[in-house]
Amino acid sequence: MFVLSTHNLSIGYSKKRSKTIVQPALNLKLQAGELVCLIGPNGTGKSTLLRTLAGLQKPLDGKIKIDDDELENLSHHEKAMLIALVLTDRVDIDNTTVYDIVSFGRHPYSNWWGSFSEADEKQVREAIEMVHLTHKKDDCICELSDGERQRVMIAKALAQDTPIIMLDEPTAHLDLPNRIEIMLLLHRLSHKTGKAILLSTHELDLALQSADRIWLMSNVGVECGVPEDLVFNGSFNRTFESKYYFFNEANGNFSMNYPMTRKVWVTGDKTRMYWTLRALARAGYIVVSDAEFTITINQNSWILNEKEFSTVKDLLDELATLSA
Amino acid sequence: MGLFLADLAWGSIHISLNEIIATFTGNGQNGINSEILLNFRLPKAITAVLAGASLSVAGLMMQTLFRNPLADPYILGISSGASLGVALITMASAFLPVVLVNSGWAMILAAVIGAALVLLLVVGVSFRIQNAVSLLIVGIMFGTIAGSIVSVLQNFSNPDAIKLFVMWTFGSLSAVTWTYMQVLLPVSFIGIGMAFLLQKRLDGLLLGENYARGLGVPIMQTRFLIVIATGLLAGGITAFTGPIAFVGVAIPHIARGIFRTSSHKILLPATVLCGASLLLVCDIISQIPTYTLPINTISSLFGAPIILWIILKRK
Repeated sequence: MFVLSTHNLSIGYSKKRSKTIVQPALNLKLQAGELVCLIGPNGTGKSTLLRTLAGLQKPLDGKIKIDDDELENLSHHEKAMLIALVLTDRVDIDNTTVYDIVSFGRHPYSNWWGSFSEADEKQVREAIEMVHLTHKKDDCICELSDGERQRVMIAKALAQDTPIIMLDEPTAHLDLPNRIEIMLLLHRLSHKTGKAILLSTHELDLALQSADRIWLMSNVGVECGVPEDLVFNGSFNRTFESKYYFFNEANGNFSMNYPMTRKVWVTGDKTRMYWTLRALARAGYIVVSDAEFTITINQNSWILNEKEFSTVKDLLDELATLSA
Repeated sequence: MGLFLADLAWGSIHISLNEIIATFTGNGQNGINSEILLNFRLPKAITAVLAGASLSVAGLMMQTLFRNPLADPYILGISSGASLGVALITMASAFLPVVLVNSGWAMILAAVIGAALVLLLVVGVSFRIQNAVSLLIVGIMFGTIAGSIVSVLQNFSNPDAIKLFVMWTFGSLSAVTWTYMQVLLPVSFIGIGMAFLLQKRLDGLLLGENYARGLGVPIMQTRFLIVIATGLLAGGITAFTGPIAFVGVAIPHIARGIFRTSSHKILLPATVLCGASLLLVCDIISQIPTYTLPINTISSLFGAPIILWIILKRK
């Protein structure tokens, strides 16, 4: 079941009379219980798309439908019941605890005075528990780390109890363990709660691992699909095409294109091979069988010209003197 | 409440507490004292309460709307607009009919019109711009323009007119008579009432406009209502008492410091209480010396150290 769909949606900015179309005619579908990652180079309109789908920005043309209702016809209040947002805006409020911030998620449900029912409080407590911050619920938001803050904002979105959650670069500014933790958390939440979660990110390998579906944005449109399918049909390589690097289909990472002018041949131990090749590529050596020098990899060392080296540094130094 | 009574008791003529009670219960003996009490000190004390509460609530709303701890009720150029009105009437009075200049309402009317004009311009612009920071700059720019016109007027005025204008800028709580109170009281109540009705939306704005929008807060409408409420509060008070500096920017910080919260549900009543108390204290202090000091000076002189103390204590 699709919870959100776009119909010939044009996104961009309009100023007085001139329109800047960032992406024309998008037909996208978001499914319940799915984690969708929106990726693409800077400037292709990831944020614009997210802002437009969230109703923070007007579409230039076309429609956005949530179930069968058009987003444009919904009131602010109705939108808040359908879509919860986690943005890049920094939230810093004095004297405000984690519990208070998460409580903001119940805003659309409370009366004008903002008083909470028993059910509201239960939702807030459960949301905090889902992001594993129960032990910090009475801490001031200003005392939390960036990763914890991000989890607080996710809890706020959970407390809002909407079928859709949208996150704008939730892993930006976080260190690797926190990035992984956030992505794992979102993956688990989408499957456990049946919510549709859409997020934009620059973390390609994390997105490839955790996303059920990828929206790959480029200058010519958006390609949708299961991550592996997009790898196999070469979409990533087309989108991130450059003469300086290439998308390495073997490991889902980007590899840099070094100017490789010198030749060397390598044989031996498999586990050390990968890292040895990386070092050689960086130093500008292409690995070919008809090379002048041959490096043999042993268990703990490298052999070159019958000399034994125990570190990569010594090996590269020797190669440099030989080639000079 | 105690402060309110103390404010009534203090002054160049000391009036005892018993006498105050007697006057209010209708058993007053001393004709002059009860005259002073009822027609001078009581309206002055009520004005202090209203001004303190109104300016503080307006300041709190501005600080929340702009997410800027330095915002005050005059940040949208309201006081500059009011002073332009008053400057026009005091210094350009040669061109106006005498009847208009001499009545007490003239200054008030001029201040109201000046403040309202700037406010309308700011509101008009607020519908055309997306973010609150631009609105802040627009307000400051309108204020600067009004300020420059005042300077030009001063340049061409005689010293007497300038003194009259400068006296107005000092601010005074005693200018409000019972007649004026009939206008000031409802204006303040409507403004503060609007603030209380907006408290949930103000809370939402703490997260920033985008998050607030995501929570279903209608941003444009809310911004408009906040500007109107602030205009009523700051414009109304300024028209009757002249600009009173500092209260609006300081009191919200004091309230946050004392109550350790950012929730407007608590902060709004807290600012009303703190604002009213601080201006009463300032009014009491301003009456201790033989010569009555301008309230504007006292509020800054005694308010600033309070802020410093709160900030240092928090660290």
